[in-house]
Amino acid sequence: MTDFVLKRMVALLLPFVQMFGLYVIFHGHLSPGGSFSGGIVTGLGLIAFSLVFGIERSEEKITERMTTLIESFGALWYGAMGLVGILRGTSFLMNKGSGISLGVPGKLYSGGLILLITLGVGLKVASTMVTLFTSLMEEED
Amino acid sequence: MSKKVAIVLLVGLSIVMLLAIAELPIYGCANTPVQNYVAERYISGALSDTGALNMVASIVIDYRAYDTLIETTVLFTSIIAVFLVLKKGKD
Repeated sequence: MTDFVLKRMVALLLPFVQMFGLYVIFHGHLSPGGSFSGGIVTGLGLIAFSLVFGIERSEEKITERMTTLIESFGALWYGAMGLVGILRGTSFLMNKGSGISLGVPGKLYSGGLILLITLGVGLKVASTMVTLFTSLMEEED
Repeated sequence: MSKKVAIVLLVGLSIVMLLAIAELPIYGCANTPVQNYVAERYISGALSDTGALNMVASIVIDYRAYDTLIETTVLFTSIIAVFLVLKKGKD
């Protein structure tokens, strides 16, 4: 697609879309939203970029190998966060009981493991969207 | 013939389902088995148990963390399925 208006509009809007997606991921424990919705917003921003600017340009920004790696890393990250509970002597995925500082409710750092797990799952959902899209697009040509 | 049997069976099944729906408690009614001590515990203890203001996040990622862990592997499985069907292997 070579439409000038479409390209400029996407270039104008994309930073805000990505910022909003990351905001929803990082504030998952404070405000409505969370890992899944924030990851979808972040991933759809990348998909909009590759729809308008072409799949080759988006391959320059973030390679398919990279998205696949992030995708696998998200699930492993969740499991690793669960192992924190075991290493501290309690059960798998224990948050408060494993002695992690919960922080002041309302601050960005609060909720113990919730913020870290949300970050991992959000990245995973975003890269899942991008990987599905790119592998379905590549099949057409 | 089989079409008529199917229609009769479907009508009978839908009558049974509609009767079951008529027996359901009113939505939001307090004296139902759903409104037990679990919901009370979530409402009263979510902030002190997890330190997260968003109660949905504290349920999804703290109380029901196993559920979400498997839910992320569902996404992983979808990627594997797409790769299996679409990706061409090296010859």
